[in-house]
Amino acid sequence: MTTRIQKNVKQYLKDNIGIIGALLILCIFLSIFPKTSGVFLTHKNIFNVLRQISSNLFLACGMTMVIILGGIDLSVGSIIALSGCVAAGCVARYNLPIFAAILIGVLIGTAVGMANGVVISKTTIPPFIVTLATMNVAKGLAYVYTGGSPVRVVTKKWQFLGAGYIGGVPTPVIILVFVLIITAVIMNKTKLGRHIYAVGGNSQAARFSGISTARVKLLVHTYSGLMAGLAGVVLASRMYSGQPTAGDGAEMDAIAAVVVGGTSMAGGSGKIGGTIIGGLIIGVLNNGLNLLNVNSFWQYVVKGIVILLAVFVDYLRNKKKG
Amino acid sequence: MSEKILLQMKNIHKSFPGVNALQGVDFELFPGEVHALLGENGAGKSTLIKVLGGIYIAEEGEIFIEGQNVVIDGVNTSHANGISIIHQELVLVPHMTVAENIFLGREPGKGGFIDHETMEREAETLLNDYHMSISPGAFVKDLTIAQQQMVEIVKAISYRSKILVMDEPTSSISDKEVEFLFQTMRMLTQKGVGIIYISHKMDELEQICDRVTVLRDGTYVGTKVVKDTSRDQLISMMVGRELTKYYTRDYKEPGDIVLKCENITDGKMVKGVSFELRQGEIIGFAGLVGAGRSETMKCIFGLTPCLSGEIYVNGKPAKIKSPLDAMNYKIALVPEDRKQEGLYPVQSVRFNSTIEVLKSFIKGILVNQKKEEEITGKYIEMMDTKTPSQEQLIGNLSGGNQQKVMIGRWLATSPDILILDEPTRGVDVGAKSEIYATMNELVKEGMSIIMISSELPEILNMSDRVYVMCDGRTTGCFHHSENITQEQIMKLAAK
Repeated sequence: MTTRIQKNVKQYLKDNIGIIGALLILCIFLSIFPKTSGVFLTHKNIFNVLRQISSNLFLACGMTMVIILGGIDLSVGSIIALSGCVAAGCVARYNLPIFAAILIGVLIGTAVGMANGVVISKTTIPPFIVTLATMNVAKGLAYVYTGGSPVRVVTKKWQFLGAGYIGGVPTPVIILVFVLIITAVIMNKTKLGRHIYAVGGNSQAARFSGISTARVKLLVHTYSGLMAGLAGVVLASRMYSGQPTAGDGAEMDAIAAVVVGGTSMAGGSGKIGGTIIGGLIIGVLNNGLNLLNVNSFWQYVVKGIVILLAVFVDYLRNKKKG
Repeated sequence: MSEKILLQMKNIHKSFPGVNALQGVDFELFPGEVHALLGENGAGKSTLIKVLGGIYIAEEGEIFIEGQNVVIDGVNTSHANGISIIHQELVLVPHMTVAENIFLGREPGKGGFIDHETMEREAETLLNDYHMSISPGAFVKDLTIAQQQMVEIVKAISYRSKILVMDEPTSSISDKEVEFLFQTMRMLTQKGVGIIYISHKMDELEQICDRVTVLRDGTYVGTKVVKDTSRDQLISMMVGRELTKYYTRDYKEPGDIVLKCENITDGKMVKGVSFELRQGEIIGFAGLVGAGRSETMKCIFGLTPCLSGEIYVNGKPAKIKSPLDAMNYKIALVPEDRKQEGLYPVQSVRFNSTIEVLKSFIKGILVNQKKEEEITGKYIEMMDTKTPSQEQLIGNLSGGNQQKVMIGRWLATSPDILILDEPTRGVDVGAKSEIYATMNELVKEGMSIIMISSELPEILNMSDRVYVMCDGRTTGCFHHSENITQEQIMKLAAK
């Protein structure tokens, strides 16, 4: 048993050596560079980074599955806005219990994801188009519901999910750990996981083996919607309000985490373990640029270049392998 | 007798919009029998197989397995009835392991979780049973085509199938691998498995098949015992008329040397190739898969750089750095892999016919459509391409007609030297014979042709001279007057 774990750890390090290296270099730089060394390694900052990363990694968990399936989900950013606003509204406007509000927010995300899944599995319309459409619908509904201004929640308990702590660890980080474990188990240990790889790698082969490709697509898109709903509620809690502008462009950060993590846009291959590193790189980079007081306009430029570099290194490694 | 029949398909009908793909087809299979299914492309072989595999559902007709009337309404019911199909285009998932592919869709384990250890162990047992030296943990993408095929076979067997269908299993593997395949097939038939075998290669039918059923245009033509039936009989059953001459070739004295290659290399697969081509002759290139024949032609056509050696066109050294240079030297190349390297499948026959010569009839910035139609029409007629219209999507034509459009596309560039890489792969018998006749016409008119082919009979019957390649080098050359045998060529090809 222990040898099996050792083998898996070894394989994991070997597969992700490039990005793990990049992450380490980034962290070492930030811990010794005079301007940031005092802050970067503090408790507060590390938890802060992890808290910020959690929303992106929720999305990236669903996105990894969707991309391995050979598709894409552009709607997740808008789902954050919609589910966050509705959940906040449930507390602020209708005085529903917080637990119910959270559940409703997550369910709304799940429903949008399921809608994506139904259209994608029943038709041959490309996921790019379907989710582009739901992205607009969800965003629009968030604006309609809020009238364009944030829904503030004054109840103190509301903040627990996004800004609270359990045993000294930020709540979103605890939730993230659970979500990552569940996603990794689905991907690596279950039949559904195998079938996601199979449908993405060669959908004809999957069909001829008696796998219901429609069911796999439906489940994966529903899961992606659920993750986005969760991210939306957590974010609304952290910001004490549901904001229709929340999650703008979040789908792109999630896609970036997935591809930096080594998942192929062509589908069929990729690992959730890579996505975690990808998400960490993007999160630490954001944090580092803030600590270095880099102008936020330049931050986009730097982020773009780093994404391209990470994928380029991967490309070089694959080319060498032949 | 009746209870001995393993599979019986009676009066099967299936139609698609505008096409009656199957019109009352019958088929039967005994246990331990290899039964060939023969017919031109479009005859209905694949449709019949897909009905058996539950991918299509027949509108009419009955299927009996061991005397029981069964309804096959999906892939899973087909598997449940002991039917497995090995499709022509291999359907494995490249990024998954051999074991995962074998058990895809029915992984061992409980409650949605996979038991990886059991899966690998069972896969290994299966592979060993059939003497296959493939690791169950290897990724499919790292295997050769032949190994992938073996995995498909093991996968099929693992369903404990009584009926195994093989759709052109030998189209992309070497002769030695074919021999191994046949051994495996014999092991299976001894255990009572019935095999339905689809192939265009007559040699193979004679080697491995007991009976043959011929289909034509979606109808049942007849069933014969292979060893009592001549090749000509089978061909005339398939095409529905006597093919008076399968190969057409009028030899004449060739002219001057138009293309000469001296010791060319590409640093990879091509390690020293020398040959010459005279005006008005066909030279054939024989060799095993991977001998570097296609790669040599890619060098000559400027698709890959030529690292050393010289190419002479009409006696003068030629600098060919790109396909455009090659076209300026009036060289044309019809590639081996139509689907990957040639066709624009979602475009029309017209688009596909004229894409290489567009610039010759562009007026200002607009394409002269009248001229485009004219040229397309000319080559449809010349190649005798069967298409309902010029607007027809090329992906909807049969393999033979696609190939005719591809050859026509390159003829439109009016080349002096035409390179044909596997010109009849995936092409049915009737269209093959027509392509041979066209090649004969072309060389009569003064064109020179280089033909790469893995089908030796075609090389021997069409070429003025035959070059043999092995491991990146030309290893010999025969003139057609020497009465070359297949054995002589194979000796030079497999050094």
